Amino acid sequence: MSLLEHMDTGQASAGKTSAVPTENDRPLVELSHVEKHFGKLHVLKDINLKVNKGEVLVVVGPSGSGKSTMCRTINRLETIDSGTIRIDGQPLPQEGKELANLRAEVGMVFQQFNLFANKTILENVTLAPVKVRHMSKKDADDLGMDLLARVGVESQAAKMPSQLSGGQQQRVAIARALAMQPKIMLFDEPTSALDPEMVNEVLDVMMKLASEGMTMICVTHEMGFARKAADHVVFMADGRILEKGTPEQFFDHPQTDRAKDFLSKILTH
Amino acid sequence: MSEFLQLFTQYNIIGAFWVNIQLTLWSALFSLILGVLLLMMRISPISSLRGLAGAYVEFFKNMPLTIIMVFMVLGAYAQLKLTFSDKFVVNFFWLAVTGLSLYTAAFVCESLRSGMNTVPLGQAEAARALGLGFFQSATEVILPQAFRGSVAPLGNTLIALLKNSTVAAAASVATETSSLMSTMIEFHANSIVGIFLIFALGYIILIIPIGLLTTALSNKLAVRR
Repeated sequence: MSLLEHMDTGQASAGKTSAVPTENDRPLVELSHVEKHFGKLHVLKDINLKVNKGEVLVVVGPSGSGKSTMCRTINRLETIDSGTIRIDGQPLPQEGKELANLRAEVGMVFQQFNLFANKTILENVTLAPVKVRHMSKKDADDLGMDLLARVGVESQAAKMPSQLSGGQQQRVAIARALAMQPKIMLFDEPTSALDPEMVNEVLDVMMKLASEGMTMICVTHEMGFARKAADHVVFMADGRILEKGTPEQFFDHPQTDRAKDFLSKILTH
Repeated sequence: MSEFLQLFTQYNIIGAFWVNIQLTLWSALFSLILGVLLLMMRISPISSLRGLAGAYVEFFKNMPLTIIMVFMVLGAYAQLKLTFSDKFVVNFFWLAVTGLSLYTAAFVCESLRSGMNTVPLGQAEAARALGLGFFQSATEVILPQAFRGSVAPLGNTLIALLKNSTVAAAASVATETSSLMSTMIEFHANSIVGIFLIFALGYIILIIPIGLLTTALSNKLAVRR
């Protein structure tokens, strides 16, 4: 069953084959000359990036390279010092109603899941559709159960987040983001906090999403996933994008010494 | 002993405690509302609101309650003509409730803020990332968890409030316990220890259950993470 089946627009199928040309002209996400400092630390240096509709972009790099920060700037969980970020052609608005509307269109999955600890699994998924999209309780519940079934945790719907395993919680977090029918999904190291045996159940859901044409930006250390699912891989180090290419280009023929060094360290075992 | 028992018939001791309980309940209600408002101001994205709430809390936290109570009578009532009722007793009762509420709200806000610190930042980020506005995030996600994390300090604030309600004497509420105790001591100087014990035990009987209840609730309501 398709994870995106409930979406009424052509978004799911538009992906790689049949996108409307005018929409294809402009990237869904565009970062240009983005700079950011944390105090004296220069965490993002002249970041330029375009992500087209239906594209799966995987961001890899050593810890502290700014990849999570970059991911978080895209829905303005981190502000930027200069440069522009456009989503579907629109520059990111300032804090307020407009920004909330934009965030509703951008799904986000966190490393620590961040399920609402005071709500049941189903309520976690239905909260935003009811409060932000003004969906009726009944419709939201149907949608929620549908999405939970698709990520394989429908039997846990009435439980509290703390009663679920990490892998289950992360799959709920993905369902929660999907419930808003986002144009794009951001994954900020979604498997880094999981026990090893739970990594695959989350990656499987992500693979499925990718194959259905969801536009995704994934910060991850899962190189297998990057190879299989990514259209493009971006390599970041010290706040800069050093390489961008297809998975084959990047993994088999890295250009920079920094990338060669990084790959040699993670692919030897 | 008979003289001791006679005190109970001669003076309305239970009634005096009831006045303090009423002062406490009303003040608890109003200070809770005001405290939640202050907390929301303190975490709001608007810096002037944050500053205002911070200043309020610092002001009332550092102000002796007696001064506030005396101000309620001599300042708010006598000078500023703040009046709740034509009946003297009712009027001073509500002036005392106002003073207690204004004062306790600062501590409610601080208690809630300590509960807020038990809520991980990720909860707010997840709410924002889904497109929930500040008010929705606060009421649906952050405050419910902050409340459950601050049951114990809120209980302590309630206990302090019940004891502080005796300061209502400074706001001319003559029917409450500490005023009654002074009167009784004045006329029964030979039973002074017994009179002290009556009021001390009365408060202990009232307060111990609050402590037990908040401890139990605090464990029961704790947010599992």
